[in-house]
Amino acid sequence: MLLELTGVSKRFGPVEVLSEVDLSIDAGEVCALVGDNGAGKSTLVKCVAGIHAIDGGSIAVEGEVRDISGPRDAAALGIEIVYQDLALCDNLDIVENLFLGRERRRGIVLDDDSMEQLAAETLDSLAVRTIRNLRQNVASLSGGQRQTVAIAKAVLWNSRLVILDEPTAALGVAQTRQVLELIRRLADQGLAVLYISHNLNDVFAVADRIAALYLGRMAAVLDAADTTQSQVVELITSGRSGSLGLTDTNGART
Amino acid sequence: MSENLETLHDASEPADATAAPGAPDPMGAVVAHVRGYLANVRSGEVGALPAVAGIVALCLFFGMAKPVFFSVGNLANLFGQGAAVVCIAMGLVFVLIIGEIDLSAGFASGVCAAIMAVILTDLGLSWPLAIGAALVTGTIIGLTLGALVVKLGIPSFVVTLAAFLAFQGIALIILKEGTNITIHDATVKAIAGGNLERWQGWTLLAITIAGYGAVQVSRWRRRIGRALVHEPLAVVVARIAALAALLSGTVFLLNLERSANPQIISLTGVPVVVVILGVLFTIWSFILHRTRFGRHLYAVGGNREAAVRAGVNVDRVRIAAFVICSGMAAVGGVVAASRAASVDPNTGGSNVLLLSVGAAVIGGASLFGGKGTVRAALLGGAVVAIINNGMGLMGLSAGVRFGVTGAVLLLAAGVDAASRGRGAIFGRH
Repeated sequence: MLLELTGVSKRFGPVEVLSEVDLSIDAGEVCALVGDNGAGKSTLVKCVAGIHAIDGGSIAVEGEVRDISGPRDAAALGIEIVYQDLALCDNLDIVENLFLGRERRRGIVLDDDSMEQLAAETLDSLAVRTIRNLRQNVASLSGGQRQTVAIAKAVLWNSRLVILDEPTAALGVAQTRQVLELIRRLADQGLAVLYISHNLNDVFAVADRIAALYLGRMAAVLDAADTTQSQVVELITSGRSGSLGLTDTNGART
Repeated sequence: MSENLETLHDASEPADATAAPGAPDPMGAVVAHVRGYLANVRSGEVGALPAVAGIVALCLFFGMAKPVFFSVGNLANLFGQGAAVVCIAMGLVFVLIIGEIDLSAGFASGVCAAIMAVILTDLGLSWPLAIGAALVTGTIIGLTLGALVVKLGIPSFVVTLAAFLAFQGIALIILKEGTNITIHDATVKAIAGGNLERWQGWTLLAITIAGYGAVQVSRWRRRIGRALVHEPLAVVVARIAALAALLSGTVFLLNLERSANPQIISLTGVPVVVVILGVLFTIWSFILHRTRFGRHLYAVGGNREAAVRAGVNVDRVRIAAFVICSGMAAVGGVVAASRAASVDPNTGGSNVLLLSVGAAVIGGASLFGGKGTVRAALLGGAVVAIINNGMGLMGLSAGVRFGVTGAVLLLAAGVDAASRGRGAIFGRH
C-alpha cells in the first residue's frame, strides 16, 4: 500500500473532527473520498498534507510510519495536493506557476528555458492538448485549463500520491470530462490518486474505490464496480446502507 | 482517451504571440509576432505602451509650444530633474508588486539625505562614509517598516503614513529645526551635476549595446537549441537596433555643446546621473526578472496563498521589498541632495512621494499588486519629469502643474483599472 492511514483522529478543541479513520490507497488506483459537508474530508486531506498534526493513529507511506509535520514533509514523501481554489498566481505564466517555489537555476539566474522544456514534456506526458502557449498568463486560461495546470503542477515532482480537492466543482461538462480523463491517466501512469468530490457521477466515472466519510468516521470503503449510487448516497447521508456502513446508532458518537 | 481532449482551444489565446518554431515564412513569422502583440494589447496587457505614447505626445506638445524644449540643454536638464523621482519610483515598484504601498519613501529619502549632509559637513567625514550611511539608514528604515507590516500585520498604508509624519520630524531634528546644509563635496555634487567625457559616453554606449545584444541573441539561440517557441530573428534584431538607435541618438545629443557661453564654461557629455540610472535599472531588472527572488515577488503579489503553499518564504520576500524601496529612497535622497547641492527639511517632501508613486503607476505598475517593472519607473518618471519641465518652460504656475500632474496620475490609474477589467473580460470564461 502506498498510503495507509490507521486509526487517524483529529480534534479541534472539544470537537472530534476525525475519529479512528482507516484508509489505504495503492499506486495506480483512484480512490474517491466522499462525504457530506462537515464529514471531515478536508480535515483528512490536511492531515495527510501535514497542515494539521494528527491527534491519534498513524500515517504510513509504503509501509513505513511517517510523521508529516508540514507541506514540505508531504512533498518530500511524494504527496502533492491540488486544492479547490487552485493556488495559482494569475499574474504568472504557466511555466512560472508550475515551478513556483522550486525554480530551476543556473547559478543565481533562473533557468527559464529548461523549466519551459520540462513543463512541455510533463504536459505532453499527460497528453494535454488544450494548452498551446506555455508562456501565457494563467489569468487568460479557462477553468479547465487552470485545473489542468494545477494538476500538472502536482505531478511535476515525481509525486506518488496526488490528492485532488473538488477539482471539477466549478467546471462545465466538457471541461469536467477532460479533468476526469486526466485523473484517470495519472492513475494509469502508476500514481495513487485520492479524489474528493460531491458529484457522484464524476466519482463513478473515474474511481476504482469509494471511501465514504460520515461525521468524521469512515463509514465504508467499497469497490466502485460493486456499488450503486444509491448505496453511496445512503452512506453519505446516514452512515449506513443495508449491511454496509457504521453499525452503531445513527451518527451518535461517544 | 487523449484524442477526446480536443475541446476548447479557447477563443482567447491572447498571449499566443510568438511564432511556431521553424516557421517557414520569415515575413509571416514577423507578422504573426506583431499580431500577437496587438492581441495582447487588446486583451489588457498594455505594458509600456501608455507611458511611451504619453512621452511622445507630451514631447510633441511641449516642443511645439516651446521650441526650447527640444534643446540639448533641456534634454540634459530633464534627466537631472527626473532622476531622484525615478530612483524612488524604482523602489516603490517593488512594494507595489507585492500589493503594498510606501507613503514614507519621500521623507525617508529626506532623512537619508540629511544624514549624509550632516556626516559630510558637521562631522567632516569623507563622501563614501556619508553615502554609505545614507544607504544603511535607508535599509534600516525598510527593515523597520517591513517588520511592522509583515510581522505585526499592520496595514502598510497606516505604517508608512505614520512613518511619513515621523520622518518629517526626524529630518527636522537632524537638521536642527530647519537649517539648510550646503554640500561642498565635489564627488557628491558630481552625482547629479557631473558629465562624462565624450569618449566615455561612447564607450559605455558600445558596452551597453554589445551586452544587450549578446544577451538577446544568446537567449534566442538557446531557445532554438531547445526547440522552444522563439521569436523571429528579425524581431530580435529590430529590438537591438531600436535600442542602439535610441541610445546612440541620446549620447550624440548629450555630447553636443549645451553651454550658453562655451567660451567661459564648456558643458558637454552624458550626465553621470544617466549612467547611475542605467546601472540601477539593469541591476533591479535583473533581480526582478532573472532571479528566484524576483519571481517570488510577483507570486506574492499575485496570490499570496499560492506562494505560501508553494513554499515561498513570503514574510522574507515582503520585508525585502520594503528594504529595497527604502534603500532606493535613500539613493533618491542622495541624488536630490546632489542636484540641489544642499539638504533642507523639505528634501524629499512636498510632492516627491506622489510624483514617484505616480511615475510607477503611469509606467504600468499596478496599485492592485502583482504587476510592475523597473522600466515602469523609468518611463513613468520620464512622463512626470517632462510634464513638470514642459510646463515650467511654458511659465505655468505651480498650481496648474499640480493640477495637470494629478490629472495624469488619475488617467494612469484609470488605465490600470481598465486594463484589469479588460483582462478579466478577455481572460477567464
